[in-house]
Amino acid sequence: MPLPIEIVLFIFLLTTAVVIARLEDLFAAAMLTGIFSLLSAGLFTIMDAVDVAFTEAAVGAGVATVFILCTLSLTAKREYQQPTRILPFIVVGITGAALIYGTLDMPAYGDPDAVPHGHLSAKFIEIEEKAFLSQDKHAAEPAQHGSGEKAVGLPNIVTSILASYRGYDTFGETAVIFTATIGVMLLLRTRRREKKVSPPNRDQMETTS
Amino acid sequence: MKKQPMRMREKIILRVVSKAFIPFIFLFALYIQFHGDFGPGGGFQAGVVFAAGIILYGVIFGLDTMRLAVPERLMEYGIVLGLILYGGVGIVSLISGANFLDYDVLNAHDPTHGQHLGILLVELGVGITVTCAMTTIFYALAGRGEK
Repeated sequence: MPLPIEIVLFIFLLTTAVVIARLEDLFAAAMLTGIFSLLSAGLFTIMDAVDVAFTEAAVGAGVATVFILCTLSLTAKREYQQPTRILPFIVVGITGAALIYGTLDMPAYGDPDAVPHGHLSAKFIEIEEKAFLSQDKHAAEPAQHGSGEKAVGLPNIVTSILASYRGYDTFGETAVIFTATIGVMLLLRTRRREKKVSPPNRDQMETTS
Repeated sequence: MKKQPMRMREKIILRVVSKAFIPFIFLFALYIQFHGDFGPGGGFQAGVVFAAGIILYGVIFGLDTMRLAVPERLMEYGIVLGLILYGGVGIVSLISGANFLDYDVLNAHDPTHGQHLGILLVELGVGITVTCAMTTIFYALAGRGEK
């Protein structure tokens, strides 16, 4: 049974999405995408995914909205008027229906028997809990060493999994951010203009290269 | 974009409120960064919040003021620096005779402390990269509208 606040937030979310799709004023649409992200962040908080809520609030509602506004200042403020076409609407409708049909097979929210909670998550929680409890009793003893199950021993298990058990994945994610930024810089950045406030090392860089 | 920041700067409420808020945004970002071991948060979240503070400064006070506070070059180096810090921790553990990114060997006495140190450094690397990446993207986007 969903909480009343969840129902309210979902109704707001749906309303915002429909309004964004129908608006022609792009400035208002940009601000509404920020509100959409903020509502999602609220939902994530209710679902105890505070990490995701942080990210959604800061990226979606904060930074991304500024990026969209920057883009709007470079392009038009209003949507280009197009005649209503029926085929794209049908395609989108079918895709949406297929996606909703797909969610019917998914486990219910918070279902302890769901597949992702089955093997690995349970194992991680078991190892970390054991290590954490033994750490409390005798602090000097290294946690679970030599048994093949090495524990990280942090109170926040999300950080343990993200940075240690899955450290390789997180390294890859950081590399993705790096690569994406390089791509954006190559595509968008204009040549540096010669300005009065140029740091000395920049001039050195330009003369040597 | 050239004219808009000037108009923003003249709005006294925005200027005063943002000036009061930005230090707290940075402080909160640092809290998320370094308290990520104990509570929700971590490098990515902290980096994004920190970048949001910098970008708020840029939006209110204009790109030229922002360039003085946060040099563009520095941000570009930061993207690489964070990734190198992350990879460097992996290399150090590799040299110490363990697997890549196995933090147990970072502290000779207690593997748990090694894990803590490794996670702290790795999260710092993620935080630096994300902050600098977001700021650089903002520079790239906003700098286009300058002319």
